[in-house]
Amino acid sequence: MNELSTPETDPTHSWLVRLWRAFIHGREVNGPDRIFRIVTAVFAATAIVTLGAMAWIMFKESIPAMKQFGWRFISGVDWDPVQDSFGALPYIFGTVVSSLLALVLAVPVALGIAIYLAELAPTWLRRPLGFLVELLAAIPSVIYGLWGVFVLSPWLRDSIQPFFAKAFGWTPFFEGTPRGFGMMAGVLILAIMILPTIASVSRDVLEAVPNSIREGALALGTTRWEMVRKAVLPCAKSGVVGAVILGLGRALGETMAVTMVIGNRADISFSLFSPSHTLASVLANEYAEASGDIYHASLMEIA
Amino acid sequence: MLTLLETTTMEERPMTQPPTFAAPTARAEPTAAPVAPSVKMQTEALCAWFGKNKVLQGISLPILEKRVTALIGPSGCGKSTFIRCLNRLHEVIPGAKMDGRVLLDNEDVYVRGMDPVGLRRRVGMVFQRPNPFPTLSIRDNVLAGWKLAGLRPKDPDTLVEKALNQAALWNEVKDSLNRNGASLSGGQQQRLCIARALALEPEVLLMDEPCSALDPIATAKVEELIHELGQKYTIVIVTHSMQQAARVSHHTAFLYMGDLVEYNATDALFTRPADRRTEDYITGRFG
Repeated sequence: MNELSTPETDPTHSWLVRLWRAFIHGREVNGPDRIFRIVTAVFAATAIVTLGAMAWIMFKESIPAMKQFGWRFISGVDWDPVQDSFGALPYIFGTVVSSLLALVLAVPVALGIAIYLAELAPTWLRRPLGFLVELLAAIPSVIYGLWGVFVLSPWLRDSIQPFFAKAFGWTPFFEGTPRGFGMMAGVLILAIMILPTIASVSRDVLEAVPNSIREGALALGTTRWEMVRKAVLPCAKSGVVGAVILGLGRALGETMAVTMVIGNRADISFSLFSPSHTLASVLANEYAEASGDIYHASLMEIA
Repeated sequence: MLTLLETTTMEERPMTQPPTFAAPTARAEPTAAPVAPSVKMQTEALCAWFGKNKVLQGISLPILEKRVTALIGPSGCGKSTFIRCLNRLHEVIPGAKMDGRVLLDNEDVYVRGMDPVGLRRRVGMVFQRPNPFPTLSIRDNVLAGWKLAGLRPKDPDTLVEKALNQAALWNEVKDSLNRNGASLSGGQQQRLCIARALALEPEVLLMDEPCSALDPIATAKVEELIHELGQKYTIVIVTHSMQQAARVSHHTAFLYMGDLVEYNATDALFTRPADRRTEDYITGRFG
């Protein structure tokens, strides 16, 4: 073969041969490099295969539920294993509301932490403080959950929620009995859990903004606050949005801690006091008891 | 090695060369206007440190009003640090310290409790690498000094045109003021940064090697610009290039190892250097 032609694009070969050449065979001419490429390519392929296999199983197993309920699975509010009637709307609602509220609470605080760490903190404090924040992100969620069960929920039930009930009880957001377990506890736990993620990623993004931008702004006679808000943050905007999306992803998928404190009842309620449910927590709660094909298929569809 | 504790004994340190004031009339200079230019800024025994590393050893230098003062010297001699002390930008670097006095119109700018923000609006700065704000349009970049501080100039359009004209950029960008500032070429970006500084109508303009990241043609443009601006503004320019200093400045100071070796009218310094080290440097024997 002509050395200059590219086998990847040679139309005389079938697509399979071209794929093989492009990703596995490669153009290496010596043995070690060829082995290196093949080994790493195989590892990379396992990621794709695993993902594909999981998606396929979820899809296949949930076919019965899709057949039986169709779009009603998403819009239905009944989740009744006894009657074999499954509608996931309460879970979807619980997941979306808890995650968004957690973001609303966590983002301003996380940004504050990030700005302090990247812009204002004295140099000797930055590393230990940044390390602490990253440590928070590494705590297993079951520990957050435990803390939520034994500390946060009782505290909410005894001091915070009665206050809100008294002051804002007339709004739909704070009606019902203060139980501790419920949407409020779930949201708070989620906010605390995603806080370090958003903070540490945002800090990295802010630190990546070149110093020349800061000096340029300061030399124009801006205060530090104006410099951060109008010169540094706009440069870091896309990265900070990425950090928030990362936090949202964690909040949506968070299972253990939320399951432990959110109360686990498939209701749609606007009250922050009422027990609620999320997609992840229903899976964790019910996978063991899922008898019956439709029940099983419904859980799979949630996944 | 000098340590922090020795700073108070600065006055005892022998001055290498007392700054000499050359009469500006000695130059056949069409732009030299007043007979006796007044001193706009003055440093007195200015010392500066990065951590424990002392980079300025006590510099006393006058900066004359509506004149271009050039600072030359080998890399690491403290030129940049010196001008960054003039607008108090040195202190924003972690671990940076300074001592001595910097006078602007005979007032100490380092007086306790004084906010550097106001000073930096009176003493503008152009950096070595062009640093327009990448998220702002050309127009907003020019107005950045106002907009970032939440202020609103009386007539922004006129101000933008005037500043860009002064920076010799107006003709190139007047039809694309809403384009992103980072989309310009390097030389245009640097002139945009000059316009941005001029839009605040500063009294003093500091330039930290403004041409070192530019190609020869852009350099020539910026140099011509500096020469023109020197009639209206007090300019301090740091440069590696002795030719540049000779071309644009009225007065030149030679710094070496954090010391002020010699200060004189530019042509006097280049034709009759008083200090051996100055002579060695400008003739290219070291540096």
